[in-house]
Amino acid sequence: MEYSELVMEHFMNPRNVGVIEDPDGVGKEGNPVCGDLMEIFIKVEDDRIVDIKFRTFGCGAAIATSSIATEMVKGKTLDEAEELTNRAVAEALGGLPPIKMHCSNLASDAIHAAIADYRRRRNGSKKNESSQKTSEVPKSSEV
Amino acid sequence: MERPAKVIYLDHAATTAVDPRVVEAMQPYWTERYGNASSIYSLGREAAQAMASARATVADILHCEPKEIIFTSCGSESDNLALRGVAFAQRHRGKGHHIITSSIEHHAVSHTCEQLEKYFDFEVTYLPVDRYAMVDPDEVRRAIRDDTVLISVMTANNEVGTIQPIAEIGRIAHERGIPFHTDAVQAGGALPLDVNDLHVDLLSLSAHKFYGPKGVGVLYVRKGTPLLSMQTGGAHEHKRRAGTENVAGIVGLATALKLAYDHAAENNARITALRERLIRGVLESIPDAQLTGHPTQRLPNNASFVFKYIEGESILINLDLLGICASSGSACSSASLEPSHVLLAMGIPAEVAHGSLRLTLGRENTEEDVDYVLQVLPGIVKKLRMMSPLYPGNK
Repeated sequence: MEYSELVMEHFMNPRNVGVIEDPDGVGKEGNPVCGDLMEIFIKVEDDRIVDIKFRTFGCGAAIATSSIATEMVKGKTLDEAEELTNRAVAEALGGLPPIKMHCSNLASDAIHAAIADYRRRRNGSKKNESSQKTSEVPKSSEV
Repeated sequence: MERPAKVIYLDHAATTAVDPRVVEAMQPYWTERYGNASSIYSLGREAAQAMASARATVADILHCEPKEIIFTSCGSESDNLALRGVAFAQRHRGKGHHIITSSIEHHAVSHTCEQLEKYFDFEVTYLPVDRYAMVDPDEVRRAIRDDTVLISVMTANNEVGTIQPIAEIGRIAHERGIPFHTDAVQAGGALPLDVNDLHVDLLSLSAHKFYGPKGVGVLYVRKGTPLLSMQTGGAHEHKRRAGTENVAGIVGLATALKLAYDHAAENNARITALRERLIRGVLESIPDAQLTGHPTQRLPNNASFVFKYIEGESILINLDLLGICASSGSACSSASLEPSHVLLAMGIPAEVAHGSLRLTLGRENTEEDVDYVLQVLPGIVKKLRMMSPLYPGNK
């Protein structure tokens, strides 16, 4: 199996690794039983992703897609970020081996989940001014 | 990316470099003594003599008759021929349709069994293993039925190195008159292969696992064992495996096997010492690491582990960038989506099995090689754990 130079570069030097202590949205995709789990944390200001971090358990492709996807949406509006697809992430990396396209390419799904979480929290606090921000991580949609 | 200057090869269970003495022994059989061993003129007779001599060498090491040796194209072919050949011959004789094997066999055995079940109406019992990947001979005894036609249990496991109680299982099979096959592909060149001591009727070997060439294997078949040939044609290999023989490969296999057993004791002692240094070093320097396979009943060259919270392929890529060749039973390093069936059968949870690493030593490895791995591996594991949402240290 051959990874592109860019996959290797992101795998060895991943961008935006870590957690955001007080995130506005959290997204989780994958399942450790299947060998891939991604967590995305976002900070949002004026409907724009101003900071993003990830943690990933998985193979080279899983780590590289997480890394480049966070770069692709950082600074983007939520609407723009929602348009990101797993395919676009793979293309930005110069392609992925076919077997990696499904199981290890979940970063955009995780980002969408983080945005959905953000919108849910915001709507929740609008409806009920006194309700606290939930820090609960949404259930992973299992693959 | 740049290739590291030095390559440290720690994947001898996958394949080995051909010994230069083996290459030399094979050399005449490509362009000079290229005859077909079935031809009657001198070129053909030379080839036939080379094969006869190779067959005698192999028979000597296995303590059997030369006639009981079938040369094949690889270990997988040997396993396929053993399983299908015996299963079909036995059923034809009205002996039944039940096969016993273990849950940790190489796919050459397990997928053949699955095919026999799915398409040919055989029933297969897959014996469980304990946490060290060991088969309990009593389980074999309990699994035997009146219609059991074949038992197949590997000599040593390719992933975790556990050596099975083959002689004991063989005795049980023979008490009941059931043919017993063992896939000895990983054991070849390292463990004793006396077929009488082991009480086996069929035994598979592959040359490229013991510094011989790829593309050639052996199936030992004890005289009197029912075997239907799977490849029909000419009368080659005593009518049990048709096809013009790979003379150079067969000469190479026999040369390599002899070299391996001439020096087995000293090689095993040296490699076992390296293995122990590696295992001790890994377990001492990396937390949440576990040796997989039996602590002592294991192949001299096998050091295999699982590291919690990380995934095996990412370890392999990091090692590769440093020039270290290794392998993993993780789903992502293979073409399937499942982690190793061996690790799962041992009771290791799937998410932990994804973090497996197999290092298999060989003749050319040194203490420096082992120390280099011990120097870089803890950092790799640590770096990947820092990225992992599963690692409790990150919370």
